[in-house]
Amino acid sequence: MSQASNLTNPSALSSLANGSATGSAPLVVMRNITKAYPGVLANDAVNLTIGEGSIHALLGENGAGKSTLVKVLYGLLKPDAGSISWCGEQVSIASPAMARKLGIAMVFQHFSLFDSLSVLENIALGMGVKANDKLRSRIADVSARYGLPLDPDRSVYTLSVGVRQRIEIVRCLLQEPKLLIMDEPTSVLTPQEVADLFETLRQLAKSGMAILYISHKLEEIRVLCQGATILRGGRKVSEVVPEEQSVASLAALMMGGEIPAALRRSAIVAGAPLFAIKELNLPAKDANEVSLHNINLVVGKGEIVGIAGVAGNGQDELLATISGERLATDEAHIQFNETPVGRQSAGARRRLGLCSVPEERLGHAAVPNLSLIDNVFLTAHHRKPLRRLGLISHARSKALANDIIKQFNVQCHGASALASSLSGGNLQKFIVGREILQSPRVLVISQPTWGVDAGAAATIHRALATLAANGAAVLLISQDLDELMQYCDRIGALCAGRLSAFYPSSQLTAQQVGLLMAGEKLDAMQAEQGAADEGEHS
Amino acid sequence: MIRLQKRAAPSALMGYLAPVIALFITVLAGLVLFALLGVPVLDAFHAFFIAPISTLYGLGELGVKAAPLIMIGVALSIGFRAQVWNIGAEGQLILGAIAGSAVALALYEVDAWYVLPAMMFASILGGMSWAAVPALLRTRFNVNEILTSLMLTYVAVLLLSFLVAGPMRDPDGFNFPESRLFHDAATLPRLWGGTRLHAGALVALGLVVVGWVFLTRTLLGFALRVNGTAPRAAGYAGFNQGRLVWLALMIGGATAGLAGLFEVAGPIGQLLPSISPGYGFTAIIVAFLGRLHPVGVLFAGLVMALSYLGGESAQITLNLPLAITGVFQGMLLFFLLATDVLINYSIVRKQPRPVS
Amino acid sequence: MNETLLLTALTIITAATPLVYAAIGELVVERSGVLNLGIEGMMLVGAVCSFAAAHYSGAASLGIVAGIMAGMLMAALFAFLTLKLQSSQVATGLALTIFGIGVSALIGQSFVGIAYSGLQPLPIPVLSEIPVLGRLLFNHDVLVYGSFVLVALVSWFLKRTHAGLILRSVGDSHNAAHALGIKVIRVRFMATLFGGACAGLAGAYLSMVYTPMWVENMSAGRGWIALALVVFAVWQPGRLLLGAYLFGAISILQLHGQALGINVPSQLMSMLPYLVTILVLVLISRDRGRIRRNAPASIGQAFHPTT
Repeated sequence: MSQASNLTNPSALSSLANGSATGSAPLVVMRNITKAYPGVLANDAVNLTIGEGSIHALLGENGAGKSTLVKVLYGLLKPDAGSISWCGEQVSIASPAMARKLGIAMVFQHFSLFDSLSVLENIALGMGVKANDKLRSRIADVSARYGLPLDPDRSVYTLSVGVRQRIEIVRCLLQEPKLLIMDEPTSVLTPQEVADLFETLRQLAKSGMAILYISHKLEEIRVLCQGATILRGGRKVSEVVPEEQSVASLAALMMGGEIPAALRRSAIVAGAPLFAIKELNLPAKDANEVSLHNINLVVGKGEIVGIAGVAGNGQDELLATISGERLATDEAHIQFNETPVGRQSAGARRRLGLCSVPEERLGHAAVPNLSLIDNVFLTAHHRKPLRRLGLISHARSKALANDIIKQFNVQCHGASALASSLSGGNLQKFIVGREILQSPRVLVISQPTWGVDAGAAATIHRALATLAANGAAVLLISQDLDELMQYCDRIGALCAGRLSAFYPSSQLTAQQVGLLMAGEKLDAMQAEQGAADEGEHS
Repeated sequence: MIRLQKRAAPSALMGYLAPVIALFITVLAGLVLFALLGVPVLDAFHAFFIAPISTLYGLGELGVKAAPLIMIGVALSIGFRAQVWNIGAEGQLILGAIAGSAVALALYEVDAWYVLPAMMFASILGGMSWAAVPALLRTRFNVNEILTSLMLTYVAVLLLSFLVAGPMRDPDGFNFPESRLFHDAATLPRLWGGTRLHAGALVALGLVVVGWVFLTRTLLGFALRVNGTAPRAAGYAGFNQGRLVWLALMIGGATAGLAGLFEVAGPIGQLLPSISPGYGFTAIIVAFLGRLHPVGVLFAGLVMALSYLGGESAQITLNLPLAITGVFQGMLLFFLLATDVLINYSIVRKQPRPVS
Repeated sequence: MNETLLLTALTIITAATPLVYAAIGELVVERSGVLNLGIEGMMLVGAVCSFAAAHYSGAASLGIVAGIMAGMLMAALFAFLTLKLQSSQVATGLALTIFGIGVSALIGQSFVGIAYSGLQPLPIPVLSEIPVLGRLLFNHDVLVYGSFVLVALVSWFLKRTHAGLILRSVGDSHNAAHALGIKVIRVRFMATLFGGACAGLAGAYLSMVYTPMWVENMSAGRGWIALALVVFAVWQPGRLLLGAYLFGAISILQLHGQALGINVPSQLMSMLPYLVTILVLVLISRDRGRIRRNAPASIGQAFHPTT
């Protein structure tokens, strides 16, 4: 379980002439790792070297191939090509158990803990040992040594996300690994928790443990990591020392240069405010939800307003409150064309012309085992005459479904196909088409192009632009900076349930949006501009 | 060796075929059971499946037994589609019978056209009141409707037993626990001379059509279907989930109550301590066997009605225990649930592993 | 202590014992994430099989074994359908009950009206000599003692053993458990079999001790009450014992209502256990947070090992 000392062969180590960016002896070297999924080359001959005792960053946008690479390293995926050497020996990591045996431990982004069990029991299950006093004292040891306080008898459901992550870290440390992989560890943490985590990681590195730190947060990497491998579109694009870089230059490397101005949506003068949220507060229903705090925003006629932010910062809760799936505490918090609608049902809001597209396609935006015809009826019956004498007109829904399929180029086996039989991109085109053909006056859409191929994304973006040009107000919630920068007139960001001020996208850089996403304020001058812009509407 | 392989998409063919296969296997298993009981298999087959429906009277009885099964089966299909598990239809049936009988006895001296409609109205209210309890408890207090609707069935049986032994007992009935016989004005018209087939059979057929239209062509039916398969999508589309729970239970209660009235005002003609051979429970099997589709329920109801008649006929001619009906019904549901696997999986032959 | 009161207390124990068995089995089943609504059916088949075995062999022990085996056989049917063929747990549980009522009636046809001598009490030496207390606590049949031992064992198993921890983890999140390499289906299969054995034992108690004879449908809804007891106990063995005795007391109260001077028709008194069950469910379920914290999170959900 502990250290695979037979693999630590000094002569093999010295024979390794492979250059390490960090300067220390390489612990792991991944060479030419290639992994393809149907239609996507997730890793294209990627190289990665991590030195002993160093904190190394793996940097890239969503979909850049970071997860695939670490899954290969942790034995969860088998690469199509490439090799891995560990402490100088060629190894083939067939399973997570094998990885753990070598001394590789991993803290997942979405940790799989058992909510109803105690901390001690979770760790025991994760390590396959008995939950006894021996384990309890080992936990106490590790907790004390690394300053990671844990109460072994607390039930997990009572603990905050930060403490849950601590459980996973302690579980990993109990295995005395040589390499600790951390997948987006701060995406769920508060700033204070992030500071504590960094302190722990530095201490671990000092004790000789190597850490692979996966993130797309530039500032974090600059302050924490000694080396960084940057991925873009499945390829390694650069290997840098983060300290020597600025946030801006790291962003440029990650996103492939500055976004060309020509691609940006030409700034338009927004018309009269059509949709507004005023001082919306919404307490979380349980520990898995994010509370919304004092949300304010205005969207004008013809305008596309973007909300940036890492998933899980309140996007789902915000969208549900706008669509009417959840009611605000007061009618006045949500305003449609200056009519308060905060307590109105989802159906009533749709009939007014407030339509929405949630992030999750199957099971939320569409019913998987119903046909496209039925899925058209699902939301369109509020605004389209799809019933005759009170009875559902199959023919009318079908005609509308065929319209959508044609106009949005949806690839499917006809309108009778089940929603679950469509690919992600085609289903998304269908859903967006369904909402747009209802001619909404306000459309709120979340992560419209997440996991969607480029062609479908272009269709969706064009449709949103046309909708706005025809006088609708569009609110776009997205994690994709490119999308926001190109298609939005103004951008703000959601962080831990709080919404930043909004700024004209033409005056924003990618790294400034990154700061907003981290919950930070931009400097005074820009903030004033943003405020002035908001002032026009209120 | 064989193993199961997941199909790319659910097989529509198997959706129709599975109940037929299940029925076929049940009959085979039934024949084995007869053999085990030491009965000549062919005689038993004839007594169970052929004899009961070889006379006009027998066909009429098939309709008499099928009517409540189909009525309740259609209503339960609608509820089950919405994942509302009302398994207390038997209790709702009893309450409908009690309420309808109460009106019949209250209007005992009256011989007018409105007696029967008033009884029907009362029975619907009675059934709905019994279903309202699980609905209220589920929507207000988060109580599982399976247990509450079932517990209320036991309460209903006891209530009926109390009423026929006390307040509703025939004053001239020598203390037998039964009500007065209903007058003609309080009895359902017969459809066919020489049989007991009553107007309730027509209502059952009508409910099949109404249920079909409701489920496939109305907004509420659509909402119930969506809520059962994708509750989040139902919320997104603006359907109120609490109201859908109420709706599903009210449909079940009203229909079961009416079916209960048709029993007492039809073949029985008075209120007895036992008015149903478990129609409310058998209707659950009918609903599943009918694929939760009203038209399927029509056929399933006839099959299950035959199982009642077959059991009675086998008891008379072969001296077999009546309990055999329950065994048949249970087996059929088991085989159906087992063959349902064919909708989502295909059976493939496992490749023998190469010897290493 | 008054003799009537003592006798009443003793009948409460016999009324509660089958509930304890049926409910503790279902508690384990549910803690593994399976909802088996077929307790009533398993109990009835257990009751008739144990009666038959005891009647033919004359040995009470064989009767008990037969009850356990019959319950397990029924549970195996349920487990095969729900865990291997992934049929709906709700529908399959209902099928098990309907099937069990029919099969038990069929088997029991020839036993109706036959009396059985019952299970002999097994006084515990010395302790049973204590006045009053001795008769109340230490002069019972083996199944009464067994029910207490079983509850204690289950409690210890769930709280203190690694196997119990694995069972709870499967009930909490089958996907996380699967990711750790735990054999989810196997754990659930075994838990379901245990539940069947307990339900069979509960049935055996009904036909061999409670009313030592076979009567069609003799469980009279106890299987369903056992399901409600598990909710009442918020899935904790200790509270389950309390609940079972509470219900035992209520069912005896309604039997002895007349004797105790309560002048209410017997049918209305007989409603009491069912009405109290509903009331108890309301009191427990209305606290959604409590149910969510204690109920096994993956209860009733089918597990697809491939996803």
